[in-house]
Amino acid sequence: MDPFLLEAVLNGVLLGGVFALPVLGLNLVFGVVDVIWLCYAELVMVGMYIVWFLHTQAGWPLALAFATCLPAIAVLGLLLHLLVVRPLLAAPPINQVLATGGVLFVLQGAATLVFSTDFRSLGVEMPPIELGEVFVSGTKLAAFVAALLGAAVLWAFLKFTYVGTAIRAIARDREVMPLMGVDPHRIYLIASAAGGALAGLAACLLVVQLDVHPFVGLSFGPITFMICVMGGLGNMLGGFLAAFLMGLIVSVGGFYGDTDMSYVVAFLFFILVMFIRPQGLFTR
Amino acid sequence: MSGVGTLELSGIHAGYGDFQALFGVDLRVEPGEAVGVVGPNGAGKTTLLRVISGLIRASAGTLRFGGADLAAVPAHELPVLGIAHVPENRRLFPQLTVEENLKVGAYIKSARARFQERRDHVFELFPRLKQRRHQLAGTMSGGEQQMCAIGRALMSGPRILLLDEPSAGLAPLVVQQVFDLVRRIRQEGLTVLIVEQNVAQVLRVVDRAYVLETGRVAAEGASAALAADPAIRRSYLGGALSAWIPSCWRPC
Repeated sequence: MDPFLLEAVLNGVLLGGVFALPVLGLNLVFGVVDVIWLCYAELVMVGMYIVWFLHTQAGWPLALAFATCLPAIAVLGLLLHLLVVRPLLAAPPINQVLATGGVLFVLQGAATLVFSTDFRSLGVEMPPIELGEVFVSGTKLAAFVAALLGAAVLWAFLKFTYVGTAIRAIARDREVMPLMGVDPHRIYLIASAAGGALAGLAACLLVVQLDVHPFVGLSFGPITFMICVMGGLGNMLGGFLAAFLMGLIVSVGGFYGDTDMSYVVAFLFFILVMFIRPQGLFTR
Repeated sequence: MSGVGTLELSGIHAGYGDFQALFGVDLRVEPGEAVGVVGPNGAGKTTLLRVISGLIRASAGTLRFGGADLAAVPAHELPVLGIAHVPENRRLFPQLTVEENLKVGAYIKSARARFQERRDHVFELFPRLKQRRHQLAGTMSGGEQQMCAIGRALMSGPRILLLDEPSAGLAPLVVQQVFDLVRRIRQEGLTVLIVEQNVAQVLRVVDRAYVLETGRVAAEGASAALAADPAIRRSYLGGALSAWIPSCWRPC
Protein backbone atom coordinates (compact mmCIF):
# COMPACT_ATOMS: atom_id res chain seq x y z
CA MET A 1 0.00 0.00 0.00
CA ASP A 2 1.16 3.51 -0.82
CA PRO A 3 2.73 4.85 2.40
CA PHE A 4 1.18 8.27 1.75
CA LEU A 5 -2.28 6.76 1.43
CA LEU A 6 -1.63 4.73 4.57
CA GLU A 7 -0.63 7.94 6.30
CA ALA A 8 -3.86 9.58 5.13
CA VAL A 9 -5.92 6.66 6.45
CA LEU A 10 -4.09 6.78 9.76
CA ASN A 11 -4.60 10.53 10.02
CA GLY A 12 -8.27 10.02 9.25
CA VAL A 13 -8.62 7.63 12.17
CA LEU A 14 -6.78 10.06 14.45
CA LEU A 15 -9.00 12.91 13.28
CA GLY A 16 -12.08 10.75 13.87
CA GLY A 17 -11.03 10.24 17.48
CA VAL A 18 -10.97 13.99 18.04
CA PHE A 19 -14.31 14.51 16.23
CA ALA A 20 -15.78 11.78 18.42
CA LEU A 21 -15.62 13.74 21.71
CA PRO A 22 -17.84 16.69 20.80
CA VAL A 23 -20.13 14.28 18.95
CA LEU A 24 -20.54 12.18 22.11
CA GLY A 25 -21.10 15.31 24.19
CA LEU A 26 -23.77 16.68 21.87
CA ASN A 27 -25.51 13.31 21.62
CA LEU A 28 -25.45 12.89 25.39
CA VAL A 29 -27.13 16.24 25.98
CA PHE A 30 -29.59 15.77 23.13
CA GLY A 31 -30.47 12.23 24.17
CA VAL A 32 -31.13 13.17 27.79
CA VAL A 33 -32.38 16.77 27.77
CA ASP A 34 -33.83 16.66 24.22
CA VAL A 35 -32.26 20.01 23.40
CA ILE A 36 -29.57 20.70 20.80
CA TRP A 37 -26.72 22.82 22.10
CA LEU A 38 -26.08 24.84 18.96
CA CYS A 39 -23.23 26.62 20.76
CA TYR A 40 -21.36 23.40 21.53
CA ALA A 41 -18.31 24.24 19.41
CA GLU A 42 -18.16 27.63 21.13
CA LEU A 43 -17.94 25.92 24.54
CA VAL A 44 -14.90 24.15 23.08
CA MET A 45 -13.57 27.51 21.88
CA VAL A 46 -13.87 28.97 25.41
CA GLY A 47 -11.99 25.93 26.73
CA MET A 48 -9.23 26.44 24.18
CA TYR A 49 -8.85 30.07 25.33
CA ILE A 50 -8.71 28.92 28.95
CA VAL A 51 -5.85 26.52 28.22
CA TRP A 52 -4.06 29.06 26.03
CA PHE A 53 -4.42 31.82 28.62
CA LEU A 54 -3.38 29.76 31.62
CA HIS A 55 -0.39 28.22 29.84
CA THR A 56 1.06 31.06 27.78
CA GLN A 57 -0.11 34.14 29.74
CA ALA A 58 -0.33 32.97 33.36
CA GLY A 59 2.58 30.58 32.93
CA TRP A 60 0.84 27.52 34.34
CA PRO A 61 2.15 24.07 33.43
CA LEU A 62 0.16 22.61 30.53
CA ALA A 63 -1.16 19.68 32.61
CA LEU A 64 -2.57 22.08 35.20
CA ALA A 65 -4.17 24.22 32.48
CA PHE A 66 -5.80 21.06 31.04
CA ALA A 67 -6.96 19.99 34.49
CA THR A 68 -8.59 23.40 34.99
CA CYS A 69 -10.21 23.54 31.55
CA LEU A 70 -12.22 20.34 32.04
CA PRO A 71 -14.16 21.30 35.18
CA ALA A 72 -14.44 24.91 34.01
CA ILE A 73 -16.29 23.91 30.83
CA ALA A 74 -18.35 21.38 32.83
CA VAL A 75 -19.50 24.32 34.97
CA LEU A 76 -20.17 26.33 31.80
CA GLY A 77 -22.37 23.44 30.60
CA LEU A 78 -24.24 23.52 33.92
CA LEU A 79 -24.77 27.28 33.63
CA LEU A 80 -25.95 26.90 30.04
CA HIS A 81 -28.54 24.41 31.24
CA LEU A 82 -29.67 26.38 34.28
CA LEU A 83 -29.79 29.83 32.67
CA VAL A 84 -30.82 29.10 29.08
CA VAL A 85 -32.15 25.58 28.57
CA ARG A 86 -34.12 24.95 31.76
CA PRO A 87 -36.41 27.98 31.44
CA LEU A 88 -37.17 26.81 27.87
CA LEU A 89 -37.72 23.10 28.56
CA ALA A 90 -41.44 23.38 27.83
CA ALA A 91 -40.93 25.77 24.90
CA PRO A 92 -41.10 24.65 21.25
CA PRO A 93 -37.82 23.11 19.99
CA ILE A 94 -37.23 26.01 17.60
CA ASN A 95 -37.06 28.43 20.55
CA GLN A 96 -34.53 26.20 22.29
CA VAL A 97 -32.35 26.01 19.18
CA LEU A 98 -32.55 29.77 18.67
CA ALA A 99 -31.65 30.41 22.32
CA THR A 100 -28.56 28.19 22.26
CA GLY A 101 -27.75 29.74 18.86
CA GLY A 102 -27.87 33.11 20.58
CA VAL A 103 -25.39 31.85 23.15
CA LEU A 104 -23.09 30.95 20.23
CA PHE A 105 -22.95 34.59 19.13
CA VAL A 106 -22.63 35.84 22.71
CA LEU A 107 -19.60 33.59 23.27
CA GLN A 108 -18.02 34.56 19.93
CA GLY A 109 -18.61 38.24 20.69
CA ALA A 110 -17.26 37.95 24.22
CA ALA A 111 -14.13 36.16 22.97
CA THR A 112 -13.58 38.88 20.34
CA LEU A 113 -14.01 41.57 22.98
CA VAL A 114 -11.57 39.98 25.42
CA PHE A 115 -8.96 38.42 23.13
CA SER A 116 -9.51 40.28 19.78
CA THR A 117 -9.63 38.31 16.55
CA ASP A 118 -5.92 37.39 16.62
CA PHE A 119 -4.93 33.78 16.12
CA ARG A 120 -3.34 32.49 19.35
CA SER A 121 -1.01 29.55 19.29
CA LEU A 122 -0.16 27.37 22.23
CA GLY A 123 3.24 26.63 20.68
CA VAL A 124 3.34 23.04 21.85
CA GLU A 125 4.34 20.35 19.40
CA MET A 126 5.34 16.77 20.09
CA PRO A 127 7.93 15.10 17.82
CA PRO A 128 6.52 12.91 15.03
CA ILE A 129 6.52 9.19 15.61
CA GLU A 130 7.74 6.77 12.97
CA LEU A 131 5.58 3.70 12.50
CA GLY A 132 7.23 1.47 9.88
CA GLU A 133 7.07 3.46 6.67
CA VAL A 134 4.81 6.24 7.86
CA PHE A 135 5.19 9.24 10.12
CA VAL A 136 2.46 10.18 12.56
CA SER A 137 2.23 13.47 14.40
CA GLY A 138 2.94 12.78 18.08
CA THR A 139 0.46 15.49 19.06
CA LYS A 140 -2.32 13.93 17.01
CA LEU A 141 -1.57 10.47 18.36
CA ALA A 142 -1.62 11.74 21.96
CA ALA A 143 -4.90 13.58 21.28
CA PHE A 144 -6.35 10.43 19.76
CA VAL A 145 -5.41 8.29 22.75
CA ALA A 146 -6.82 10.88 25.15
CA ALA A 147 -10.05 11.05 23.14
CA LEU A 148 -10.44 7.27 23.25
CA LEU A 149 -9.79 7.30 27.00
CA GLY A 150 -12.43 10.00 27.42
CA ALA A 151 -14.91 7.96 25.37
CA ALA A 152 -14.08 4.84 27.42
CA VAL A 153 -14.68 6.67 30.71
CA LEU A 154 -18.03 7.92 29.38
CA TRP A 155 -18.97 4.41 28.25
CA ALA A 156 -18.11 2.90 31.64
CA PHE A 157 -20.09 5.66 33.39
CA LEU A 158 -23.16 4.99 31.24
CA LYS A 159 -22.82 1.22 31.46
CA PHE A 160 -21.97 0.54 35.08
CA THR A 161 -23.27 3.31 37.33
CA TYR A 162 -26.84 3.81 38.51
CA VAL A 163 -26.91 7.37 37.23
CA GLY A 164 -25.46 6.27 33.87
CA THR A 165 -28.08 3.54 33.50
CA ALA A 166 -30.78 6.07 34.38
CA ILE A 167 -29.34 8.40 31.71
CA ARG A 168 -29.72 5.67 29.08
CA ALA A 169 -33.22 4.95 30.34
CA ILE A 170 -34.38 8.57 30.38
CA ALA A 171 -33.37 8.95 26.74
CA ARG A 172 -36.11 6.38 26.00
CA ASP A 173 -38.88 7.23 28.42
CA ARG A 174 -38.84 10.51 30.28
CA GLU A 175 -42.27 10.43 31.88
CA VAL A 176 -41.89 7.14 33.72
CA MET A 177 -38.59 8.08 35.43
CA PRO A 178 -40.08 9.63 38.61
CA LEU A 179 -41.70 6.24 39.30
CA MET A 180 -38.14 4.86 39.61
CA GLY A 181 -37.24 7.57 42.11
CA VAL A 182 -35.28 9.47 39.47
CA ASP A 183 -35.49 13.26 39.50
CA PRO A 184 -35.27 14.16 35.78
CA HIS A 185 -33.95 17.65 36.52
CA ARG A 186 -31.03 16.20 38.43
CA ILE A 187 -30.25 13.87 35.51
CA TYR A 188 -30.41 16.86 33.12
CA LEU A 189 -27.85 18.67 35.28
CA ILE A 190 -25.54 15.67 35.35
CA ALA A 191 -25.79 15.19 31.58
CA SER A 192 -25.16 18.90 30.98
CA ALA A 193 -22.07 18.83 33.19
CA ALA A 194 -20.82 15.67 31.46
CA GLY A 195 -21.51 17.22 28.05
CA GLY A 196 -19.55 20.28 29.14
CA ALA A 197 -16.68 18.14 30.45
CA LEU A 198 -16.47 16.39 27.06
CA ALA A 199 -16.29 19.82 25.37
CA GLY A 200 -13.53 20.73 27.83
CA LEU A 201 -11.57 17.59 26.98
CA ALA A 202 -12.08 18.26 23.25
CA ALA A 203 -10.74 21.79 23.85
CA CYS A 204 -7.55 20.39 25.41
CA LEU A 205 -7.01 18.08 22.43
CA LEU A 206 -7.79 20.70 19.79
CA VAL A 207 -5.81 23.58 21.27
CA VAL A 208 -2.58 21.65 20.69
CA GLN A 209 -3.49 21.20 17.02
CA LEU A 210 -5.30 24.41 16.08
CA ASP A 211 -4.70 28.10 16.75
CA VAL A 212 -7.43 29.68 18.89
CA HIS A 213 -9.52 32.55 17.60
CA PRO A 214 -13.12 33.58 18.34
CA PHE A 215 -14.44 31.80 15.23
CA VAL A 216 -12.45 28.58 15.58
CA GLY A 217 -15.72 26.80 16.42
CA LEU A 218 -16.74 27.16 12.77
CA SER A 219 -13.86 24.92 11.71
CA PHE A 220 -15.23 21.87 13.54
CA GLY A 221 -18.73 22.83 14.75
CA PRO A 222 -20.65 22.21 11.50
CA ILE A 223 -18.93 18.91 10.86
CA THR A 224 -19.67 17.84 14.45
CA PHE A 225 -23.40 18.43 13.92
CA MET A 226 -23.23 16.62 10.58
CA ILE A 227 -21.61 13.60 12.21
CA CYS A 228 -24.27 13.57 14.95
CA VAL A 229 -27.08 13.59 12.42
CA MET A 230 -25.31 11.00 10.26
CA GLY A 231 -24.87 8.64 13.20
CA GLY A 232 -28.46 9.24 14.31
CA LEU A 233 -29.07 12.12 16.76
CA GLY A 234 -28.84 10.85 20.31
CA ASN A 235 -27.27 7.57 19.20
CA MET A 236 -23.92 7.47 21.00
CA LEU A 237 -22.43 4.46 19.25
CA GLY A 238 -23.67 5.63 15.85
CA GLY A 239 -22.12 9.04 16.40
CA PHE A 240 -18.85 7.49 17.54
CA LEU A 241 -18.61 5.33 14.39
CA ALA A 242 -19.70 8.17 12.10
CA ALA A 243 -16.93 10.35 13.58
CA PHE A 244 -14.33 7.89 12.31
CA LEU A 245 -16.05 7.57 8.94
CA MET A 246 -16.04 11.35 8.56
CA GLY A 247 -12.42 11.58 9.71
CA LEU A 248 -11.46 9.07 7.01
CA ILE A 249 -13.44 10.85 4.30
CA VAL A 250 -11.85 14.19 5.12
CA SER A 251 -8.34 12.80 5.39
CA VAL A 252 -8.35 10.39 2.45
CA GLY A 253 -10.28 12.94 0.36
CA GLY A 254 -7.50 15.43 1.12
CA PHE A 255 -4.97 12.85 -0.09
CA TYR A 256 -6.64 12.55 -3.50
CA GLY A 257 -7.57 16.22 -3.85
CA ASP A 258 -6.84 19.07 -1.53
CA THR A 259 -8.14 19.64 1.99
CA ASP A 260 -10.85 22.14 1.02
CA MET A 261 -12.10 19.72 -1.60
CA SER A 262 -12.23 16.93 0.99
CA TYR A 263 -14.71 18.93 3.09
CA VAL A 264 -16.86 19.37 -0.01
CA VAL A 265 -16.77 15.59 -0.49
CA ALA A 266 -17.66 15.10 3.19
CA PHE A 267 -20.67 17.43 2.94
CA LEU A 268 -21.81 15.81 -0.31
CA PHE A 269 -21.59 12.43 1.39
CA PHE A 270 -23.66 13.85 4.25
CA ILE A 271 -26.36 15.07 1.86
CA LEU A 272 -26.37 11.67 0.17
CA VAL A 273 -26.83 9.95 3.56
CA MET A 274 -29.72 12.30 4.33
CA PHE A 275 -31.42 11.20 1.11
CA ILE A 276 -30.85 7.50 1.64
CA ARG A 277 -30.96 7.11 5.43
CA PRO A 278 -32.37 10.28 7.02
CA GLN A 279 -32.76 8.47 10.35
CA GLY A 280 -28.97 8.06 10.55
CA LEU A 281 -26.47 5.60 9.11
CA PHE A 282 -26.24 3.43 12.19
CA THR A 283 -29.82 3.54 13.42
CA ARG A 284 -31.44 0.13 13.54
CA MET B 1 -55.90 7.06 62.98
CA SER B 2 -54.03 5.73 60.02
CA GLY B 3 -51.51 2.97 60.61
CA VAL B 4 -47.90 2.65 59.53
CA GLY B 5 -48.50 1.88 55.89
CA THR B 6 -52.10 2.87 55.35
CA LEU B 7 -52.93 4.52 52.05
CA GLU B 8 -55.80 6.92 52.42
CA LEU B 9 -57.51 8.98 49.76
CA SER B 10 -60.39 11.23 50.63
CA GLY B 11 -62.39 13.42 48.31
CA ILE B 12 -59.83 13.22 45.50
CA HIS B 13 -60.62 15.31 42.43
CA ALA B 14 -58.18 15.14 39.52
CA GLY B 15 -57.92 15.42 35.77
CA TYR B 16 -55.94 16.58 32.79
CA GLY B 17 -56.34 20.25 31.97
CA ASP B 18 -60.03 20.94 31.46
CA PHE B 19 -60.92 17.29 31.52
CA GLN B 20 -61.83 16.02 34.97
CA ALA B 21 -61.42 12.27 35.50
CA LEU B 22 -62.01 11.81 39.26
CA PHE B 23 -64.83 13.34 41.27
CA GLY B 24 -64.29 13.00 45.01
CA VAL B 25 -62.88 9.50 45.30
CA ASP B 26 -62.47 7.98 48.78
CA LEU B 27 -60.26 4.93 49.04
CA ARG B 28 -58.38 3.17 51.80
CA VAL B 29 -55.81 0.38 51.71
CA GLU B 30 -54.61 -1.12 54.99
CA PRO B 31 -51.10 -2.59 55.33
CA GLY B 32 -50.93 -6.16 54.04
CA GLU B 33 -54.21 -5.85 52.21
CA ALA B 34 -54.78 -6.47 48.52
CA VAL B 35 -57.35 -4.11 47.08
CA GLY B 36 -58.72 -3.98 43.57
CA VAL B 37 -60.17 -1.11 41.60
CA VAL B 38 -62.38 -2.29 38.76
CA GLY B 39 -64.56 -0.53 36.28
CA PRO B 40 -65.02 0.11 32.59
CA ASN B 41 -62.56 1.81 30.29
CA GLY B 42 -62.38 5.53 30.99
CA ALA B 43 -63.69 5.24 34.55
CA GLY B 44 -60.55 6.97 35.90
CA LYS B 45 -58.70 3.89 37.18
CA THR B 46 -55.34 4.81 35.67
CA THR B 47 -55.76 8.43 36.73
CA LEU B 48 -56.30 7.22 40.28
CA LEU B 49 -52.96 5.39 40.32
CA ARG B 50 -51.21 8.33 38.67
CA VAL B 51 -52.49 10.60 41.43
CA ILE B 52 -51.20 8.22 44.11
CA SER B 53 -47.72 8.06 42.57
CA GLY B 54 -47.58 11.80 42.01
CA LEU B 55 -47.51 11.81 38.20
CA ILE B 56 -50.52 14.10 38.29
CA ARG B 57 -51.69 16.24 41.18
CA ALA B 58 -55.12 16.11 42.77
CA SER B 59 -56.99 19.38 42.35
CA ALA B 60 -58.83 18.75 45.60
CA GLY B 61 -58.89 16.19 48.40
CA THR B 62 -56.22 14.66 50.59
CA LEU B 63 -53.82 11.84 49.91
CA ARG B 64 -51.96 10.25 52.79
CA PHE B 65 -49.61 7.31 53.08
CA GLY B 66 -48.45 6.05 56.46
CA GLY B 67 -49.79 9.24 58.01
CA ALA B 68 -47.73 11.52 55.72
CA ASP B 69 -49.49 14.02 53.48
CA LEU B 70 -48.33 13.33 49.93
CA ALA B 71 -49.58 16.59 48.41
CA ALA B 72 -46.23 18.32 48.82
CA VAL B 73 -43.97 15.35 48.02
CA PRO B 74 -42.44 15.38 44.52
CA ALA B 75 -43.17 12.24 42.47
CA HIS B 76 -39.54 11.06 42.45
CA GLU B 77 -39.47 10.94 46.27
CA LEU B 78 -42.49 8.65 46.57
CA PRO B 79 -40.45 5.48 45.91
CA VAL B 80 -38.35 6.49 48.92
CA LEU B 81 -41.53 6.45 51.03
CA GLY B 82 -42.25 2.92 49.81
CA ILE B 83 -44.65 3.41 46.92
CA ALA B 84 -43.88 1.50 43.71
CA HIS B 85 -46.01 1.85 40.60
CA VAL B 86 -46.06 -0.64 37.72
CA PRO B 87 -47.48 1.62 35.03
CA GLU B 88 -50.00 0.86 32.32
CA ASN B 89 -48.39 -0.88 29.33
CA ARG B 90 -45.45 -1.80 31.58
CA ARG B 91 -43.21 0.99 30.25
CA LEU B 92 -39.99 -1.03 30.36
CA PHE B 93 -36.83 0.43 28.87
CA PRO B 94 -36.74 -1.69 25.71
CA GLN B 95 -33.10 -0.99 24.79
CA LEU B 96 -31.84 -1.91 28.24
CA THR B 97 -31.28 -5.49 29.37
CA VAL B 98 -33.52 -7.14 31.95
CA GLU B 99 -30.85 -6.66 34.59
CA GLU B 100 -30.36 -3.02 33.66
CA ASN B 101 -34.10 -2.45 33.95
CA LEU B 102 -33.91 -3.88 37.46
CA LYS B 103 -30.97 -1.60 38.15
CA VAL B 104 -32.98 1.50 37.23
CA GLY B 105 -35.66 0.17 39.58
CA ALA B 106 -33.05 0.17 42.36
CA TYR B 107 -32.03 3.78 41.69
CA ILE B 108 -32.96 5.20 45.10
CA LYS B 109 -30.13 5.36 47.66
CA SER B 110 -31.57 2.83 50.10
CA ALA B 111 -32.08 0.30 47.28
CA ARG B 112 -28.58 0.47 45.77
CA ALA B 113 -26.92 -1.20 48.73
CA ARG B 114 -29.33 -4.11 48.51
CA PHE B 115 -29.32 -4.49 44.73
CA GLN B 116 -27.85 -8.00 44.54
CA GLU B 117 -30.00 -9.37 47.32
CA ARG B 118 -33.20 -8.03 45.79
CA ARG B 119 -32.23 -8.96 42.24
CA ASP B 120 -31.65 -12.54 43.37
CA HIS B 121 -35.02 -12.46 45.11
CA VAL B 122 -36.72 -11.22 41.92
CA PHE B 123 -34.96 -13.97 39.96
CA GLU B 124 -36.28 -16.46 42.51
CA LEU B 125 -39.82 -15.15 42.04
CA PHE B 126 -39.46 -15.10 38.25
CA PRO B 127 -36.88 -17.73 37.18
CA ARG B 128 -37.67 -16.79 33.59
CA LEU B 129 -36.09 -13.38 34.14
CA LYS B 130 -32.89 -14.98 35.38
CA GLN B 131 -32.56 -16.90 32.12
CA ARG B 132 -33.10 -13.69 30.19
CA ARG B 133 -31.16 -11.33 32.41
CA HIS B 134 -28.84 -10.17 29.61
CA GLN B 135 -31.54 -9.97 26.97
CA LEU B 136 -32.92 -6.61 25.83
CA ALA B 137 -36.25 -6.10 27.59
CA GLY B 138 -37.95 -5.03 24.38
CA THR B 139 -37.33 -8.40 22.75
CA MET B 140 -39.23 -10.43 25.35
CA SER B 141 -42.82 -11.66 25.24
CA GLY B 142 -45.60 -9.63 26.87
CA GLY B 143 -45.81 -11.91 29.89
CA GLU B 144 -42.05 -11.79 30.44
CA GLN B 145 -42.14 -8.02 30.12
CA GLN B 146 -44.87 -7.85 32.75
CA MET B 147 -42.70 -9.97 35.08
CA CYS B 148 -39.79 -7.63 34.42
CA ALA B 149 -41.95 -4.57 35.14
CA ILE B 150 -43.14 -6.05 38.44
CA GLY B 151 -39.57 -7.08 39.27
CA ARG B 152 -38.32 -3.58 38.51
CA ALA B 153 -40.92 -2.15 40.92
CA LEU B 154 -39.92 -4.63 43.65
CA MET B 155 -36.27 -3.51 43.42
CA SER B 156 -36.96 -0.33 45.39
CA GLY B 157 -38.19 -2.42 48.34
CA PRO B 158 -41.71 -0.96 48.37
CA ARG B 159 -44.33 -1.22 51.10
CA ILE B 160 -47.16 -0.85 48.63
CA LEU B 161 -47.25 -1.98 45.01
CA LEU B 162 -49.57 -0.23 42.56
CA LEU B 163 -50.38 -2.39 39.54
CA ASP B 164 -52.06 -0.83 36.50
CA GLU B 165 -53.81 -3.39 34.28
CA PRO B 166 -51.19 -6.13 34.63
CA SER B 167 -53.25 -8.44 32.41
CA ALA B 168 -53.72 -5.98 29.54
CA GLY B 169 -52.71 -7.35 26.16
CA LEU B 170 -51.70 -10.77 27.46
CA ALA B 171 -52.91 -14.18 26.31
CA PRO B 172 -55.41 -15.86 28.71
CA LEU B 173 -52.86 -18.41 29.90
CA VAL B 174 -50.33 -15.67 30.64
CA VAL B 175 -52.99 -13.62 32.43
CA GLN B 176 -53.43 -16.60 34.74
CA GLN B 177 -49.66 -16.65 35.39
CA VAL B 178 -49.54 -12.94 36.12
CA PHE B 179 -52.32 -13.23 38.70
CA ASP B 180 -50.53 -16.20 40.28
CA LEU B 181 -47.50 -13.93 40.63
CA VAL B 182 -49.60 -11.23 42.28
CA ARG B 183 -50.82 -13.85 44.72
CA ARG B 184 -47.23 -14.82 45.55
CA ILE B 185 -46.20 -11.22 46.04
CA ARG B 186 -49.10 -10.82 48.45
CA GLN B 187 -47.93 -13.78 50.46
CA GLU B 188 -44.72 -11.88 51.15
CA GLY B 189 -46.74 -9.34 53.09
CA LEU B 190 -46.66 -6.61 50.49
CA THR B 191 -49.66 -4.31 50.23
CA VAL B 192 -51.14 -4.35 46.73
CA LEU B 193 -53.48 -1.97 44.96
CA ILE B 194 -54.44 -3.35 41.59
CA VAL B 195 -56.43 -1.70 38.84
CA GLU B 196 -58.04 -4.10 36.39
CA GLN B 197 -60.63 -4.54 33.70
CA ASN B 198 -60.41 -8.27 34.14
CA VAL B 199 -62.92 -8.24 37.00
CA ALA B 200 -63.44 -11.98 37.34
CA GLN B 201 -59.72 -12.63 37.75
CA VAL B 202 -58.92 -9.74 40.02
CA LEU B 203 -61.73 -10.52 42.46
CA ARG B 204 -60.10 -13.90 43.07
CA VAL B 205 -56.84 -12.26 44.12
CA VAL B 206 -57.87 -9.25 46.21
CA ASP B 207 -59.55 -9.00 49.62
CA ARG B 208 -61.69 -5.98 48.80
CA ALA B 209 -62.49 -3.99 45.71
CA TYR B 210 -63.86 -0.66 44.61
CA VAL B 211 -66.00 -0.27 41.53
CA LEU B 212 -65.16 2.98 39.77
CA GLU B 213 -67.61 4.45 37.28
CA THR B 214 -67.08 7.78 35.51
CA GLY B 215 -64.71 8.97 38.20
CA ARG B 216 -66.83 8.06 41.20
CA VAL B 217 -66.85 5.06 43.52
CA ALA B 218 -70.06 3.25 42.56
CA ALA B 219 -69.65 0.30 44.93
CA GLU B 220 -67.15 -1.18 47.32
CA GLY B 221 -66.92 -4.27 49.45
CA ALA B 222 -65.29 -7.63 50.07
CA SER B 223 -64.40 -9.50 46.89
CA ALA B 224 -66.74 -12.37 47.64
CA ALA B 225 -69.62 -10.01 48.29
CA LEU B 226 -68.98 -8.07 45.10
CA ALA B 227 -68.63 -11.26 43.09
CA ALA B 228 -72.02 -12.37 44.44
CA ASP B 229 -73.75 -9.02 43.89
CA PRO B 230 -76.28 -9.45 41.07
CA ALA B 231 -75.72 -5.93 39.71
CA ILE B 232 -71.97 -6.41 39.56
CA ARG B 233 -72.39 -9.84 38.03
CA ARG B 234 -74.64 -8.43 35.35
CA SER B 235 -72.37 -5.49 34.55
CA TYR B 236 -68.90 -6.98 34.87
CA LEU B 237 -68.94 -10.72 35.20
CA GLY B 238 -71.68 -11.74 32.81
CA GLY B 239 -69.64 -10.70 29.84
CA ALA B 240 -72.15 -8.07 28.76
CA LEU B 241 -70.29 -6.12 26.09
CA SER B 242 -72.07 -2.89 26.95
CA ALA B 243 -70.17 -2.78 30.23
CA TRP B 244 -66.97 -2.17 28.30
CA ILE B 245 -68.20 0.83 26.41
CA PRO B 246 -67.55 3.76 28.72
CA SER B 247 -70.53 5.94 29.46
CA CYS B 248 -68.48 9.06 28.79
CA TRP B 249 -66.39 7.96 25.87
CA ARG B 250 -63.04 9.66 25.52
CA PRO B 251 -60.24 8.80 23.12
CA CYS B 252 -57.67 8.08 25.81
